Amino acid sequence: MLYREAGDFKTSYIEDNQTFPIAFDRYRYYAILAISFLILPFLVNDYFVNAILAPFLIYSIAAIGLNILTGYCGQVSLGTGGFMAVGAYSCYKLMTAFPDVSIVIHIIIAGGITAVIGAVFGLPSLRIKGFYLAVATLAAQFFLVWLFNRVSWFYNYSASGQINAPERTVFTIPVTGPNVEPWAMYMICLIFAFVSAVIARNLTRGALGRTWMAIRDMDIAAEIIGVNPLKAKLSAFAISSFFVGISGALFFAVYLGAAEAGDSFGIQKSFIVLFMIIIGGLGSIFGSFAGAALLVVLPVILKLIGADFLGWPTGLVAHIQLVIVGLLIILFLVLEPHGLAQLWRIAKEKLRLWPFPH
Amino acid sequence: MPDQVLFATEVVLNGLMAGVMYSLVALGFVLIFKASGIFNFAQGVMALFAAMTLVGIQNGQVPFSHLFNAIFGTKIHYFGWEVHSVIAILLTVIVMIFMAWAVQRYIFQYLIGQEPIILFMATIGLAYFLEGVADLMWGAEIKTLNVCLNSDTCLPQGINTVIDSVTFGWFGYGFFVDNLDISATIVAIFLVAVLVIFSQYTKQGRAMRAVADDHQAALSVGISLNYIWILVWSVAGFVALVAGIMWGAKSGVQFSLSLIALKALPVLMLGGFTSIPGAIVGGLIIGVGEKLFEFLIGPMIGGATENWFAYMLALLFLVFRPQGLFGEKIIERV
Repeated sequence: MLYREAGDFKTSYIEDNQTFPIAFDRYRYYAILAISFLILPFLVNDYFVNAILAPFLIYSIAAIGLNILTGYCGQVSLGTGGFMAVGAYSCYKLMTAFPDVSIVIHIIIAGGITAVIGAVFGLPSLRIKGFYLAVATLAAQFFLVWLFNRVSWFYNYSASGQINAPERTVFTIPVTGPNVEPWAMYMICLIFAFVSAVIARNLTRGALGRTWMAIRDMDIAAEIIGVNPLKAKLSAFAISSFFVGISGALFFAVYLGAAEAGDSFGIQKSFIVLFMIIIGGLGSIFGSFAGAALLVVLPVILKLIGADFLGWPTGLVAHIQLVIVGLLIILFLVLEPHGLAQLWRIAKEKLRLWPFPH
Repeated sequence: MPDQVLFATEVVLNGLMAGVMYSLVALGFVLIFKASGIFNFAQGVMALFAAMTLVGIQNGQVPFSHLFNAIFGTKIHYFGWEVHSVIAILLTVIVMIFMAWAVQRYIFQYLIGQEPIILFMATIGLAYFLEGVADLMWGAEIKTLNVCLNSDTCLPQGINTVIDSVTFGWFGYGFFVDNLDISATIVAIFLVAVLVIFSQYTKQGRAMRAVADDHQAALSVGISLNYIWILVWSVAGFVALVAGIMWGAKSGVQFSLSLIALKALPVLMLGGFTSIPGAIVGGLIIGVGEKLFEFLIGPMIGGATENWFAYMLALLFLVFRPQGLFGEKIIERV
């Protein structure tokens, strides 16, 4: 009854083109924003932020980034972990080299550096397509992680080979280092995730997004109708890597506090983020959040049920988790190749007709 | 000969042997990709699964014992018997055939006509699933694998003393060549010969090649695609078993065995996804290339270059020849 376009008249193009044209959708969106910005910061505790909210928001940013590349532009990338490492290490170098500059600016610049690296590794995409490209992006993954492990300049010659985030503040509130309050960690992740999502959403429904989708659907045809593949593919790689770099910087500086390239940004990260966008939905910003939420919450729930409630050994629970994640991916691909986002779309279509479907 | 040249020759020799091991894994990829267009990321995990199953059967482990013990509080681990290697291999082959059937029946039958990338992602899901199942079935601890015909004749391991003494006689420097690598090379040659004979001279093999050439034409002359795909997955499962035995005997049966898939990917890129000779030549090039690079350039830039060198080599190569060495020319139409 609530979910209707009927009676909701648009009188200007701006109104007609808005992201949420249906009033109910719009209010739901504002309500979620209000809850996450105004209510949750006062409720969260340490466990909740560290186990669920912070990784969820950070992975969402990475998933948005990968979704731009894979979901919108159709270039499969298995190098996400490597690009997250670029974000983390450039953020670390900036933080230690310019301690007086705000951490927010550092994180954004780290994203910019990652964008440049991403565009460089995107160059082969002009020649190589499909699986060959997917495998080629693994070159970025392995090379970058190796680089950060071997060249000691990147970790400031520390003996352990680790990078540790020094304490930095935003408006005198510490957001990195050991003294971070849970709500501050949550807020900085939330703000970055929110801004990223808004930017990504508006990019993908604008001219640039359309050229990406044209390349995705058939690159030769797109080229014939006048899309410049060089510009489209490289911009997709750059912008995607920008978001991935930001998430890597946040992951290291705000969430982990200390990182080591091989452990924190290995190939498993690349796969996890890829799974998030498959399960969430390729080519959907909402899907990036949904997939990240599912894959962050699932291990926590499994651990709660398996290890804490039933008392099974953690190794066993980890194996069951592998089986369940694998099954979920296969199930999603078999039942709904477009992921959670498509289920949501179908639900909305049904809701539109609900109580009288005929 | 100067020492450096001798060392380099030894490195090349060992690189060739390592390349054979990569080719063993890459072969499984090519078989499935040719016949069904599925890029099977799970090939490495299949090798792990096969090797773990083999060890488990050999040692008489109770499948899923950890799970049962956790649920029912029992303490079952072993049946208390040991199975002869040949019988264990046969049983593992049966398990792999069953797996092939299940994969086709429960996954890819539902994904016919989907985009290749969706199929690829399904195999990543399969890789996770199989890895979890393998760990649940047989436990995740590192196991040693050895295949023995009787108590004396096992897969040979360690330095080959004949080559060592002969080369010492020639150059005054004995080459180190692992016996296991030599047997892997012999097994690989044998395996490729069997595959060639199978695909050239048997009815099923010809049907397999027909499907690889053209699905619709094969279907129209009465070849059952479903049957062929199960067959192909079974053959790939068998190749995975061989690779699993060789790699398992070399470095122990453990999780890292599944990462050999990542070693095989650049081999495939270099050789072309659709070519069996490509998988072999690509494997040899990568094997020699990465060992030589690590030997010559590695010490200057910090070592451990094997992780990425193969990928960079393949990447550079692809920029000039996007379909790989022997791959089918990519023709694109709008």
